[in-house]
Amino acid sequence: MDIILGYFLYGMSLLTVGGIYALLALGLNVQWGFAGLFNAGIAGFAAIGAYTYAILTTAESKFHYGGLELPLLVGDVMAMVLAGFIAGVIGLICIRLRADYLAIATIGIAEIIKLVLKNESDITNGPRGINKIPRTWEHFSEERFYSSFPLNVINSSDSWQSFFESIARWWWQPFFAGTIILIVLFTYFLLEKLRTSPWGRMMTAIRENEMAAAAAGKDVTRRRIEAFILGALIMGLAGAFLGQHLRLIEPTQTFDPSKMTFLVWVMLIAGGSGNNKGAILGAFLIWFVWSSSELVTNGMIEILASIFDSVDISILKNRAGFIRMLFIGLLLQIILQRYPKGILPEKRPAVSGKI
Amino acid sequence: MWESFGFEFINFYFIPGLVLGCIYALGAIGITLTFGILRFANFSHGEIMMTSSYLTWEFIMIFTSLGILAHPLIGAIPASICAILLALFVDRFFYKPFRNAPTIMIVIASFGMMLIIRSMVQVIWGPNQLTFVKGIAKPNAYIRDLTASFDFMLLIPNKHFSILIGTVLIMLLFNYLLSSTKIGKGMRAVSDNPDLAKVSGIDVENIIKATWIVGGFCAAAAGVFLAMDTQFIESTMGFRMLLPMFAAAILGGIGRPFGAVAGGLIIGLAEELSAYPWFGDGPVISPGYKSGVAFSIMVLMLIIKPSGLFKGKVF
Repeated sequence: MDIILGYFLYGMSLLTVGGIYALLALGLNVQWGFAGLFNAGIAGFAAIGAYTYAILTTAESKFHYGGLELPLLVGDVMAMVLAGFIAGVIGLICIRLRADYLAIATIGIAEIIKLVLKNESDITNGPRGINKIPRTWEHFSEERFYSSFPLNVINSSDSWQSFFESIARWWWQPFFAGTIILIVLFTYFLLEKLRTSPWGRMMTAIRENEMAAAAAGKDVTRRRIEAFILGALIMGLAGAFLGQHLRLIEPTQTFDPSKMTFLVWVMLIAGGSGNNKGAILGAFLIWFVWSSSELVTNGMIEILASIFDSVDISILKNRAGFIRMLFIGLLLQIILQRYPKGILPEKRPAVSGKI
Repeated sequence: MWESFGFEFINFYFIPGLVLGCIYALGAIGITLTFGILRFANFSHGEIMMTSSYLTWEFIMIFTSLGILAHPLIGAIPASICAILLALFVDRFFYKPFRNAPTIMIVIASFGMMLIIRSMVQVIWGPNQLTFVKGIAKPNAYIRDLTASFDFMLLIPNKHFSILIGTVLIMLLFNYLLSSTKIGKGMRAVSDNPDLAKVSGIDVENIIKATWIVGGFCAAAAGVFLAMDTQFIESTMGFRMLLPMFAAAILGGIGRPFGAVAGGLIIGLAEELSAYPWFGDGPVISPGYKSGVAFSIMVLMLIIKPSGLFKGKVF
């Protein structure tokens, strides 16, 4: 029974993180797939989201600014707003230039964001990070939430306490994973609507032939900034959920560009850029490959160790993570060269819905 | 004047800034060449730098095990050959397939190469920091005594001295290559107009190979100099250099190698001088934000004049 529960909870956490990556990939799909904007600073936008959420919602702490204890939804919304705002500022500066410049600028902005998070330790607690970020659903079992609105209307604090003590500790996990999946689906439907709308078709036109779109009277710069901001909003939300999932965030390891930015790019390209379904499929697929490759590499190291018992496997064990990264990088190159359209290639919307 | 201002300013801010600037300049040469000739932002350039400093460390170890006490600059010679081979290998198998594809494909490929090269280095040499020479570098005694006798004491450690001299030598060589050899002229021609260069009978593929050789060599030099300057090697050092190098290339104008050199020197000096207490007692910009200086210069340049100081290209 315990084993089944263990697998169940493992599955839930895979689903949670997969969903967060799916959100990031959907955000990137708006920027890259729809509008052809190269964002190499996904980690930066996710970090803004996570830190905004954390500072607004955590309980008072003597280590960092905060104790605002705002409702979690306010945190989620502000995470999106701030990420979108920063994207707007970058967009105004770099979007007229070619994609390479935007890539350089976004890498730069992600590094600057990290620098600020590391140095403004009065607000962010610097490299030590922010701890005890309230998680959606799980937060109800904390006293400051069940003793306040809305739960205090239904029942008294004492009975809530005994209720949360009586149920299993992991009760919130399916709810949390479910919430994220629902948000992914909601975002998906929203983006699908957008893709087939005049706005979406205009984006495709701008991406494919900027000159022609401009000649047809489309405000190219403005539309591109819109797409960049929309993508960043989604990334900010994903960041907020990442903060909730981890509960402890710090600037360098959590928002490592190879795990945040690069992996998301592999996901989108593998799934099929321009295709929202592809973005979600790619995110879950690559995330499962990534997490299961841990088991595979560890297993291979064990086998190697049993064949050559004189070899010191501790070095290999330390470096297993880098081997996985290497394989993911090679996977990207293979997909880029052999299957540049991804698993689910982009489908152009029909000229009109009723032909 | 010298006692109250100059001594501290020159020795602890200006010379380190100049040294850092030389390193950025060498790195930016490769970036601006590939940007100008192959027309893409090469994100893996910093990793070539990083790999070559690891290779130098490896060669020093090999020399030492053979009983030869090797200076990093000697280890750098075989390491730079390996770095050039690595650059050519990467181009052949990962960039060449995209020559006729939209440029953004090759940018993504180079973005991926960045991770591949870095994880390969981490697999081979592990995640820990390595070092060429331990301990504090003492200033060169001869220069110190000589300049002190003129009331103009300069404290230049030997490592800074060899970096400055080395950079000047490479620059002279590079200048000769660009202005007086057939390859250099071809490189400038392809950079100005690839189609015209092709119809005039220039073998573009050969020019591209030459670009990687020059860029790889300069990157190797920059990597070794950086490791000599900071006295440690780590796998993220290339990534940390990437942004200032791009900033230098954009500041000088894309496709303008000597613009990149000027840009590198400006960025290096600006980073170091930003920590100087110009007003009052504290540093103008807190040292924690030093690496933000390059980025701010780059963004300013992109807003005001994307073509850079020396009329580079804008794509």
